[in-house]
Formats: sequence, C-alpha cells, structure tokens
Amino acid sequence: MDMAPSTEIQIIAVLIGAACALPGAFLVLRRMSMMSDAITHTILLGIVLAFFVTGDLSSPLLIAGAAVIGVLAVWLTELLRRSRLVAEDAAIGTVFPLLFSIAIILISRYAGSAHLDTDSVLLGELAFAPFHRLTIFGVDIGARGIYVGAALLLLNVVVIVLFFKELKVSTFDPVLAAILGISPTIVYYGLMTLVSVTAVGAFESVGSVLVVAFMIAPPASAYLLTDDLKKLFWISAGIGAATGLVGYQLASLWDVSIAGMMALVAGAVFLLAFAFAPRRGLISGSLMRRRRRRDFAAYTLILHLYTHGDGIFSGTELAQQLRWDLSLIDRVCRSLIKAESLTTLDGRYALTNAGILRCHELIETLFASPRHQPAAPTNSPSRG
Amino acid sequence: MLRTLLTDYTFQTVSLGAALLGLVSGVLGSFAVLRRQSLLGDGVSHAALPGVVSAFLLTGSKNTEILLAGALATGLLGTLLITAITRRSRVKFDSALAIVMSVFFGGGLVLLTLSQRIPDANQAGLSRFIYGQASALLQRDVILMVICGALLLSVILLFWKEFKLLCFDPQYAAALGRSTGFWSLLLSFLTVLAIIIGLQTAGVVLMSAMLITPAVAARQWCTHLWSMVTLSAVFGAASGVIGTAASSLIPQLPTGPTIVICVSAIALVSLFIAPGRGILARALNRSRGRARLVMERRDGHGPFN
Repeated sequence: MDMAPSTEIQIIAVLIGAACALPGAFLVLRRMSMMSDAITHTILLGIVLAFFVTGDLSSPLLIAGAAVIGVLAVWLTELLRRSRLVAEDAAIGTVFPLLFSIAIILISRYAGSAHLDTDSVLLGELAFAPFHRLTIFGVDIGARGIYVGAALLLLNVVVIVLFFKELKVSTFDPVLAAILGISPTIVYYGLMTLVSVTAVGAFESVGSVLVVAFMIAPPASAYLLTDDLKKLFWISAGIGAATGLVGYQLASLWDVSIAGMMALVAGAVFLLAFAFAPRRGLISGSLMRRRRRRDFAAYTLILHLYTHGDGIFSGTELAQQLRWDLSLIDRVCRSLIKAESLTTLDGRYALTNAGILRCHELIETLFASPRHQPAAPTNSPSRG
Repeated sequence: MLRTLLTDYTFQTVSLGAALLGLVSGVLGSFAVLRRQSLLGDGVSHAALPGVVSAFLLTGSKNTEILLAGALATGLLGTLLITAITRRSRVKFDSALAIVMSVFFGGGLVLLTLSQRIPDANQAGLSRFIYGQASALLQRDVILMVICGALLLSVILLFWKEFKLLCFDPQYAAALGRSTGFWSLLLSFLTVLAIIIGLQTAGVVLMSAMLITPAVAARQWCTHLWSMVTLSAVFGAASGVIGTAASSLIPQLPTGPTIVICVSAIALVSLFIAPGRGILARALNRSRGRARLVMERRDGHGPFN
C-alpha cells in the first residue's frame, strides 16, 4: 500500500483518538480518570522488563509485558486501598511513581546502550510513525501504527458491544450488578485490562502522558452534552477522531509537536463544551441560576403580599419587611407588573386577580402533600 | 569514601536541596493526603511545564527564578481551572484533574517544539524539569529553596488552626463563618509553591511521590496532626539525603528515582510494622483475639456459652 506519510499519520491519529475515548468513557463515569495516569506511567516499567527478557525492542512481547504491568499497577493500588490504611487517591499516587522510578533506574543502569529512551515512551512522536512499517512476506502493507490503531478500535468496540449490559449496570449500579451475578471484580479488571492494552497500543504514537488527554477529555466533553450512555460513546469517539484530525492539521500548520497539539485540541473541545453545553454548560448553568433566583424572588414577594392582610404595601415597606434592597424590590415588582400579577395603587403595590390565582397555584404545588399530588412538578411551578 | 563524600561540595549542595525538598513537600503533602487531594500535586507539576517553557520563550533566560515563576503561574492557573470545572459543571474532580494535567503538558510539548526553533537555544535546561536533575542544583537554587521553604513553613505555622480545621471538619469551619474557600485556595497555593520548588530536583512525574508517600508513611505512625506533619517532614528529608548519597556512591543511579525508592521503602515498612494500625499489628491482634475466644469457650465463660 502506498500512502503519503501525512495521510498515514492522520489515519493513525483518528484511529487512536477514537480508540482511546471508548474505554475512557467508563473511567470518567466511574470517577477513576486518574487510573489512566497511573497505568500510562507504569507502562514504561513493563516495556523495560519485557525488553530485558526478549532483548528486542520491536518484539510484540514488549506490548504484552507493558499491558500486564499496567494491570499489576491497578492491582497494587487496589491492594493498598483494600488495606484501608491509605485512601484511594493516595494509593494511586504512591504506586505509580514507585514503578516509574524503578523503570528509570533500570534504564539508566542497564539499558543505556539499547535505544530505549524515556523520551519516546513518555512523549511519543507521531511524526515518526510512517517509518515503522508492517511487512508481511516481505511486502510493505503500510505503517504499523494504522494496524495497531485499527486493532485497538476494533477491540474496544467489540468488547463494549458484547458486554454493554454488564459494563453499564456495574458502572451505574454496582449493587444491582452483584445481585444479577455480574462479578464487580471481573468487570473492574476487565475494564482495566482494556484501558491498559489501549494505552500501550497508543503510547507509541502519542506518548504515555498524552494518552490521558485522549482517554479523558473527549468522554468528559461528551458527558456534558448527553445523558444517554450510547450517545456518550458515539460523541466521545467522534470528538476523539476529530481531535486527531484537527490536531494534526494545526500541528503541521505551525510545525509543532503533533501529539501535543492533539492534546491541546482535546482540551479546547472540552473547554467549549464546558462553556457552551446546553443545560450542563457554564453559561446555560449561570443563566438558569439567575432565572431561578428571579423566580424565587417573585414567588416570595407575591406570597408575602398574599399572606399579609390587605396586602398593599409601598416599596419601602416591602423592603423593610423582607429585608431586601429597594432596588431588588423595584426590579421584582416591575417584572411582576409586566406579568400582570401586580398592580400599583397610588404608589403602593397590590396583587391583581391573576396574581392571587398564581398564589393559589404556587401554594398548591409548593405545599401540597405528595400523597394527593403524586406528579406535582415542584421544581418548575407553572406560571399564570 | 563516605568522608570524601560528606566533604564534597556538590554533594553538600545537592543533598541539602533534596533534604529541603523532602521536608517542605512532606509538610504540605500531609495536608494534601488528609484532604484527599493527593493527586493534585501530580496535576500541578504537569501543568507547570508550559509555564517553564513559555517563561523561557518570553524572556530568553534560563534563570531558575524566572522559569519557576512561569511554572508557578501555569501551576496556579491549572489549579484554578480544576476548581472551576469541578464547581461549575458535573465533571468530577478526577476527570478535571486528568484533563488539565494532560492538556497543559501537551501545551508544554508544543511550546517546547517552538523553543527548539530559536537559534542556539538548546532545550537541555528545560527538559530537566520533566525528569528532574538534582545533580544540576546550584547553590543559588538551594538558597531560593531555603527562602521559599521558610516562607511556606511560616505560613503553615501561622494559620495552623485554620488548616487543621479545613482538613478534618470543613463543614464545621464553614459553620463557624470561616471562608473555607479562601483557606482551601491558600493551602492549594502553598502546595503549588512546594511542588514548583521541587520540580527541578525530582521532575514532573516524581514530584507527586515526594508529596504523597512521606505523608502516607507518617500517617501510619501518628494520630495527631502535628506529629504526622513532623514525621512526614523527617521521612521526606531523610529520603532526600539517603537517596542523594546512594546515587553519588553507586554509578548510573539517577537521584530523583532513587529518592522516590527510598521514601517508598519507608512507606512500605511503615504500612507493615506501624504499631496498632499496621498490617502486622492487625494480624497479631486478630490471632490474639481468636486465641482468647478459644480459651474463653474452653473455660466456659465466654460470650457464646
């Protein structure tokens, strides 16, 4: 197969981006995102150890060794946490630097001559990916990264489709999962194996630190955009793939690190989702809070008028009684007059008939016992 | 051999630096571990990379002070972003942390490739922040560490009561009318500063171990905050010195990882032999209880007779 190197790099970027986002979605949902950090750092030790066994840097055993060590790191963390002597976050933070340190010491003492440098594992370099060819019977069939990426994506899709129910139930309701006979341990370690294998496959292209960005940022963005698990996967994988493509384009435009640029794009997508996501975003959230505050002030004011005698007060009287600023009273009253719930009688405020009706509705929805009104929409009272 | 080592100027500088690093991060780490924010250190140290590189790009200087000021800026920015994301959206702390640290680190790599294009700017001075290079510590770096460390410790001592309350009962602190947000931000700020100080010795990846592991070890022995903080500082400083000594005596043993191995060994031993709480103590306690139960049943006045 003959492809331009840039095409090959882009295909790899898209495949890796989509493949990493899938298992990452479960990490985000299970609040275990930092486990990806621990796993990606310990991969180095696995590669070093497997290298000592095989003495060959291109051996597939290196990948297997790295994946096994990744799971071992998870197991050690779990062991430490189970002892209940160490909290979970501290357990993660104790285990992976130790394994990483062992790897660095092994490299600097024994593997100095072999071209096994920490740079390429930690940072990765996608630009070199087209140089690693896959040959079958002496025929060059394309960059190895493409096949690795495709295999990872396929593996993740197959595992998630096959065990969708198990993964879903054990993520959202571990107790129900246990009752249904789904072993939490098997699901947990299965998932961690998937994360570990994906991280190992991806580090060669993007470096182990940035694998974290691809695993966590797209699903976290998708998490702000949807409540549906299936959609979450589609959106995550889509964002991951797009991130790879856009990241590569920008990197070649400015001639900078491809993997670094992809991570930046992933971060930018998350920031956009964080700011602009409908319902879950920063802006819509603060708008909603403002509306709720306004509604609450309006309800308080008309209920105050309703429950106090003839309910005709001037602005200053209201300000004294409710201990609000006069400006707030003015603002709330103006909006209530516009909604025709309030009217002015020579400078004083009084409820209109519509306002009284609205008070009745409010009292019904706010104070009705749930037995009589099982479906009362308490969080969004209807407006008159 | 040991005598020549102890009088060696470089060794003195480096081990003093490592001891200071261990001491300061041991103190701050205790608070981080107790507040369940251990991994914040990991995030912040990764987030410091773009700061280091952009400080270099902007000033063209490789002075430690300037580079560390840049690290401080992006480290703080990262912390604030993590706080903002956690407070203002449903994305949880762990995801916010993972995103901020990896994206900032990616940004650092992008800037690093930019800096390579500047003529006669070798990036050797910058990559020491990724892996740490204790042997490159200069006397003026150590003086900077002493100043920052003294500042940090005095702030901790000054607001000891507030920080203690924040660690153990933030709700009560809030009920007393104290601004927990402010104190928590101040403590995070101090932690960031401690990380920045240690960055060029331990490097981005291993800095989190210097923060967490001494505190985890000290926690096993202590039931009081002051004793835990003290012991954690002692563990940190001791492993700094031992690690530096070991790496100077044995060839091709990098200092940062050796220090981490030392402190991890201390933690492992502590987990096993700590009185009352340790793994051995608990096993012993269990077997004693079992023996007593057997005896009581035989004598006929146990709870099950």
